[in-house]
Amino acid sequence: MHELSLVEGILAIVREEMAKHGLTRLVRVRVKHGELSAVVPEALETAFEVLTVGTDLAGACLEAEMVPLRVRCRQCGEEFSPSEEERFLMPCPACGTELGHHVLSGRELYIDHIEAE
Amino acid sequence: MQVEVARNILEANDAGAEELRQIFARHGLLVLNLMSSPGSGKTTLLERTLTDLREQLRFGVIEGDCQTENDARRVAATGARAVQINTHGGCHLDSAMVREACEQLGLEDLDILIIENVGNLVCPAEFSLGEDAKVTILSVTEGDDKPEKYPFIFSQSRVMLLNKIDLLPYVPFDTARASAFARAVNPELEIFEVAALSGHGMDAWYAWLRKSLEAKRTAR
Repeated sequence: MHELSLVEGILAIVREEMAKHGLTRLVRVRVKHGELSAVVPEALETAFEVLTVGTDLAGACLEAEMVPLRVRCRQCGEEFSPSEEERFLMPCPACGTELGHHVLSGRELYIDHIEAE
Repeated sequence: MQVEVARNILEANDAGAEELRQIFARHGLLVLNLMSSPGSGKTTLLERTLTDLREQLRFGVIEGDCQTENDARRVAATGARAVQINTHGGCHLDSAMVREACEQLGLEDLDILIIENVGNLVCPAEFSLGEDAKVTILSVTEGDDKPEKYPFIFSQSRVMLLNKIDLLPYVPFDTARASAFARAVNPELEIFEVAALSGHGMDAWYAWLRKSLEAKRTAR
């Protein structure tokens, strides 16, 4: 539950980008978070509301989009997306090797874009 | 209009952590980020370590808690230099808090700085504090499936201290299972079985501390 401090980071970046482009009214922030990043999207959205209400950014919304986990097998190189139940051992569908695979995506935590006027 | 941003949300913390890393390197200081659930024995383990090594190594301690100065007082009673950070409900320490605490503490004349994070197995692992190594304590009263449930923190740690090992006769905890899971997510993980209260098994942990400090100093 560190969503509040994540949103503080988000707002700092958003304000910087808005100033850079001479924008004053924020409409939307699109955040991308990997399946493995410890982020609860609803908590992120609530934290965003809490920290913007009564400020110059009030009324804007935060949209969180999850980036699915994708790994490359450390043994045979097969690329696959483990299901939620398989997320711990991550057995490779091609050769059965578990764990220690190279994570291709699923760790992301970044602001993709903003919409503002 | 739409503005492409593509910036890491943790960039401010990461930049702060990198600055800390450079400051720590200048002081030749070994820095450990000590993490665990609440009640696993972080402070007791610190008290024991600081007391046993008092004559050999100079320790500084940054204590992170939601509230109270209790832990800093306990640690200071061993003779170590300590400051308390209160996060006022925050679930983790970040690099800005640690930077401020370092200024209060002073990094001169120290060998090892231990940052005791807020008790939590999720959030602290995401925030780098410029440390050389993360050390996670798991106590046998917590259940042996913790590494399975919280793989990220164990994958990021250099050491796992399996604490309260003297309670094994009284709790259903399979040390082999806990260690196997932890090593599965992190094959390099060093595991020490200890009982901080009685001092059992602490020598291997102390040897690791000395070895790591030496490695840090040689790398300078």
